[in-house]
Amino acid sequence: MGLFILRRAGVMLITALCLTFIVFFLANLYPNLEKLAKTQGNFRMSEEEVATWLGNRGYTQPLFVKYGEWLGVVPGAVIEGTDGQIRGRCIRDGMTPQEAPDYCGILQGDWGTSTVFQDNVGGIISTRLGLTGKLMFWVMVLMVPSALLLGVLAGMREGSRTDRTLSTVAITTTATPEYVSGVILIAVFASSAVGLKWFKGTATSAMENATFENFFLPVLTISLYGMGYIARMTRASMAEVMTAQYIRTARLKGVSFPNIVVKHALRNALIAPFTVIMLQFPWLLNGVVIVETLFNYKGFGWTLVAAASNNDIELLLGVSVVSVFVVLVTQLISDIGYVYLNPRISVS
Amino acid sequence: MEPLSWFEIITRVLWQFIPVWIALIAVFVVSIRYKRRLGLYGKLFDSTIGMIGFALVMFWVFTGIFGAMDLIVTHDALSQVSGMKNEPPGTPLMRAEDGQYPYYLFGGDNLARDVFSRMIKGAWVVVQIAPLATIFAFMVGITLGLPAGFYGGRLDTFLSFLANLILAFPVILLFYLLVTPEIVATGIPNYMAVVLFIFPIVFIAVLLNSRYRTQPRIRTPLLIGVLGILGWLYLSLISESGSKVSVIPDFLDLFNVPGGILVVFVSVVFVNSPTVFRIVRGLALDIKTRDYVAAAQTRGEGAWYIMLWEILPNARGPLIVDLCLRIGYTTILLGTLGFFGLGLPPESPDWGTTINDGRRLLQIYLHPALVPALSLLSMVLGLNLLADGLREETLRD
Repeated sequence: MGLFILRRAGVMLITALCLTFIVFFLANLYPNLEKLAKTQGNFRMSEEEVATWLGNRGYTQPLFVKYGEWLGVVPGAVIEGTDGQIRGRCIRDGMTPQEAPDYCGILQGDWGTSTVFQDNVGGIISTRLGLTGKLMFWVMVLMVPSALLLGVLAGMREGSRTDRTLSTVAITTTATPEYVSGVILIAVFASSAVGLKWFKGTATSAMENATFENFFLPVLTISLYGMGYIARMTRASMAEVMTAQYIRTARLKGVSFPNIVVKHALRNALIAPFTVIMLQFPWLLNGVVIVETLFNYKGFGWTLVAAASNNDIELLLGVSVVSVFVVLVTQLISDIGYVYLNPRISVS
Repeated sequence: MEPLSWFEIITRVLWQFIPVWIALIAVFVVSIRYKRRLGLYGKLFDSTIGMIGFALVMFWVFTGIFGAMDLIVTHDALSQVSGMKNEPPGTPLMRAEDGQYPYYLFGGDNLARDVFSRMIKGAWVVVQIAPLATIFAFMVGITLGLPAGFYGGRLDTFLSFLANLILAFPVILLFYLLVTPEIVATGIPNYMAVVLFIFPIVFIAVLLNSRYRTQPRIRTPLLIGVLGILGWLYLSLISESGSKVSVIPDFLDLFNVPGGILVVFVSVVFVNSPTVFRIVRGLALDIKTRDYVAAAQTRGEGAWYIMLWEILPNARGPLIVDLCLRIGYTTILLGTLGFFGLGLPPESPDWGTTINDGRRLLQIYLHPALVPALSLLSMVLGLNLLADGLREETLRD
């Protein structure tokens, strides 16, 4: 088991390195840098001005050097600009070039500076992640129990009317991406045109003070999409368990139906949904981006959009490191959990 | 003129869809009559869920096709009519000219364009891109997944690592990195198109070659003919004058994919193919232990023959079901791209872009966002129901 986790951790590390390098490469393509220079400097810069602007700030160094600097394995460049000012990767505001450390990369815990927010990337990401964590917590609280309930109810009597109805509900929710369900939910529950106005159409105020009124719609929107999928998996696994021999034996012994479902079937039926729930995290990340944009909730997903649309290289890299980490860790947990829940499987 | 009542709107909309109803009824009558002779497709008409799904999907397919032929649409999807900005459904035009349809059936959007016609035109964008992109993704996934599952070893490790690498990317981040005007200017999507679109050719060439390898008389002319046509199509598809990849002269170029569409197409194929790869690899791992594969090996068949003519046909059930689901997922992805304003031009009538346009005024005017949202929902729902029906029918035998 230890070796298995170790090997997986190694693969994770390589994956993370490759992915960040791809992001780094794409974000550092010249047209992207040109756009960055024009948004940060001014829009009417000529070609040469763009080139000197980029050169002064170290953007024109070779790609691998820049990547190494970001990682913290190559000393941060110190460049004497054409305007006579000395700038360096590691020289923060109010620091002289002598005081600045040689290395400043991820390995030193320095995530760089965001060009859009003019702030430390590490700080931005941790506050935004906190906000998204709040959202995700409530999504999980709403989604997982209701999905499992839906799946178990549908799967315990396969082919019955309850099963048909609940399965149709589950299929409909999986067919509704967040930007569709969000729009419909806002239209029905928050717009002045329908007039119900039970909830708020934006969740901006939920960042400081989340209430049922301003937070329920975003949570519901994300939950709906994942719920149908988990419910269908639970239903399939429940239906399979219910045809097993030991369930028949229990029935023949005269155990009551609710007892069979709760005591005999449930635990075995929940193995498959567990992995599915863990693997839902990457999908939820997608949903988070859409919902946070739709409801203007300035969390992690909103930051991703802001970073990507402004080509904020270091923020973008920070965001991708975190999201890749989330994806890979959930995969690992789902593998380990699967082995733990299902004693018939062993990793060795 | 008075605005239309809801009843009148519905009647008029149903009337507009007449060509679609005729086509749908024709398809259903023919299919149900001959369903015993139509194999898996015919069996679909034994399950209610499958039929409902099929009807929904075909409704949008016919709507898209007839819409592209300007049969159903009432107005031009791009032209603005003064005084129609954000008007509710059923509003009459202020000064209708002769031959102009006198109403905006589903109202006007924030630029005074007809929501109904834009919905129809949007269906065509989806019907054009989603199935084709999914099939391309399948070709890529199958061409790489079969050898990975069949041979195993280093090749499998390497390809699986690549697939997991792409899968670990959040889709939206990938879109933001690939589908921006700056990246398009570097030509990366064009180079990706060059790589990705070669897989269908490789797939078909290997498919035919492995089948007719022993009969060179048939094989050689067949391969030359098929590869010639496909190669020409391939070159016309990837080469676009003015972009980075422009390999053949204009008079040989059969068609030019309009700006943005190619990028969208490539990124959707790119995002979908790793999942297909994983499915195909899993199926190949399972099926290669069967007796008929061993029998083919004993007969001395080549590895590719076994993969493409023994393993692949036996994996068709799950693959067809996944194809339906994946077309739905691709539709969702296209909507996501439109929702973030990536790739497609801002005036494009596709559903994602229109939802994005409409959501800004959602608190006051519902119809501009709600109409495309419900269309997208019904289309993806149809594909999912169709997949469900197909799954039931493939499991039955």
